[in-house]
Amino acid sequence: MKFFSLAASAALALGVVSANAEPLKVGMITTLSGGGAGLGIDVRDGFMLAVKQAGNENIEVIIEDDQRKPDIAVQLADKLVQSEKVDVLTGIIWSNLAMAVVPAVTAQGKFYLSPNAGPSALAGKGCHPNYFNVAWQNDNLHEAAGAYAKETGYKKSFILAPNYPAGKDALTGYKRFYDGELAGEIYTKLGQTDYAAELAQIRASDADSVFFFLPGGMGISFLKQYADSGVDLPVVGPAFSFDQGILQAVGDAALGVKNTSQWNKDIDNETNKAFVESFQAEYGRLPSLYASQGFDTANLLLSAMGSADVNDADAFRAALLAADFSSTRGDFEFGPNHHPVQDIFVREVIKEGDVYTNKIIATAMTDRADAYAAECKM
Amino acid sequence: MSLLLLIEQVLNGLQFGVMLFLMAAGLTLIFGVMGLINLAHGSLYMIGAFCAAAVAGATGSFVLALVAALAGAAIAGALVEILVIRRLYGKDHLDQVLATFALILIFSEGTRWLFGSFPLFLDVPDALSGPVTLPGGIEYPFYRLTLIAVGLMVALGLFLLISRTRIGIQIRAGENDREMIAALGVDIGRLYTIVFALGAALAGLAGALVGAIQSVQVGMGEPVLILAFVVIVIGGIGSIKGALVGALLVGLTNTLGGIFLPEVMKLFMEPAVATSVGASLASMAIYILMAAVLILKPTGLFGARV
Repeated sequence: MKFFSLAASAALALGVVSANAEPLKVGMITTLSGGGAGLGIDVRDGFMLAVKQAGNENIEVIIEDDQRKPDIAVQLADKLVQSEKVDVLTGIIWSNLAMAVVPAVTAQGKFYLSPNAGPSALAGKGCHPNYFNVAWQNDNLHEAAGAYAKETGYKKSFILAPNYPAGKDALTGYKRFYDGELAGEIYTKLGQTDYAAELAQIRASDADSVFFFLPGGMGISFLKQYADSGVDLPVVGPAFSFDQGILQAVGDAALGVKNTSQWNKDIDNETNKAFVESFQAEYGRLPSLYASQGFDTANLLLSAMGSADVNDADAFRAALLAADFSSTRGDFEFGPNHHPVQDIFVREVIKEGDVYTNKIIATAMTDRADAYAAECKM
Repeated sequence: MSLLLLIEQVLNGLQFGVMLFLMAAGLTLIFGVMGLINLAHGSLYMIGAFCAAAVAGATGSFVLALVAALAGAAIAGALVEILVIRRLYGKDHLDQVLATFALILIFSEGTRWLFGSFPLFLDVPDALSGPVTLPGGIEYPFYRLTLIAVGLMVALGLFLLISRTRIGIQIRAGENDREMIAALGVDIGRLYTIVFALGAALAGLAGALVGAIQSVQVGMGEPVLILAFVVIVIGGIGSIKGALVGALLVGLTNTLGGIFLPEVMKLFMEPAVATSVGASLASMAIYILMAAVLILKPTGLFGARV
């Protein structure tokens, strides 16, 4: 399956044979099968859309499916670095996979551009000159949710997240800006689909609000069961629990829910408008935040290719750090630890015609960097 | 920890258990009667859920969706039995595992090709949605109560089918000595196809019922498959009664373990550490249960052979 998807996606997506002897080789390891496939597919489609629009023939993308398994991601990374001799790696969705792959590939002198996972360990002490995160540090959207909860006046939140690095970052992030009490704090299994036991605990607690971080299928299950449980507390969460792929499967149960995101399709700038339109035209669906992250990652890479050669690592690194590209988020810049400094918005789930989507209703944080930048020495 | 919460969690454990039973019953019948390890049983669960979501999306009727799930999974099961599985009865378990693992890949990628990679929408019907208040003031989702009832009814139906009907006699005879019943003039090929389709239909029903409260997506069957294997090992291979008892044990252990182990750990350590240690222990609990059962009774609780 692995080889099949490699061959198929390379053939489909590229179709470009470079005239130059040495195109820049990008290895994309992402989740294309199993429960988290929607996220990886969005990142891949966003990335490939930017590559296609650039029409740059000096870039070759090799796409591999990690099946959300850390061991497979490590094997793929070894293969891409050693036999494919890629210059840049990207694509990983899940933080536990990123922790297994990123330190090893950056240590071998390769560049890694993260279109999604931003574990705290890689933003602080474990930061690396060749590691750039184009999406966010994991805590960011949860920090914004905490700030929003505080501003709204929630005093007793019940919080839950899956038991893996990003889940821990999520709850840490929420608690950093939320100053009320906690009615409960639960780590669930990664990939869990039945939340009856957790819902019973929420019901039995005296919480006034629920914060949850459950990306992909986990969020769908949770929201449907929440709507059916009779628990009637306001819900707040990061955009991952309410992304474009999830909302259609959840339906009315998500309407009106507030969530925090660094991106939405109604951010008003030319790049974003063109991105949303061309993504819809190309793939026949609305882009999610993951797609916007993939798109921005590719554009960052293309901008660096325009001004430096990847074989001159120092120059290429400086070109990446300059972030001289037009982002779907408007202004985009890197902090000292190579993580974004950006605004984070509050969105509300709405229905446009037959499609469930989000609209921005407020700004939760402006120019937010992250809590770990000071620990990064490079 | 109030009594109400405890009762609610026991109900959750029961609900999880009866859904596992629907999966495990088919698996144990197929293993018991045909001696076949069917890894693709999780795919049949997924096929049931996708058939239900597609029909519910087209017609809006949940009853039709369930009928489609049963029919779709049964047809897929019968086809798989006739085209692939039939060639595997004489082979050893490794060949069966390889071939049925290939079926998982084919079904997953085929479903992705037909329906795309994004999860499908399948919701609880309006008549069954929302909570009901039970005696004692417990609010519990009506749909989950319905699942418990449906699961127990299916268990009763299966029990009657096996113990009281002609086909049940043939199934039991097939478990004991397949050459002998073939010699007695029973069409063993047809019997195998029927048993396989029956097991598939049960898995499809479970997929559709659970799909309405969880997400309908490619790969949804495999986590359940692993638990179903744990269930049949605990219950004893080939035994429907064992599958029921095993499923309820696993369901209750999984649910109650997830709640109480973190609480117990909090008596010894910091709350934050206790939560994560408790959660890790809880995910091991059913395997510890399985190991304990196997030490005490290597054949499983109701099994006749290893």
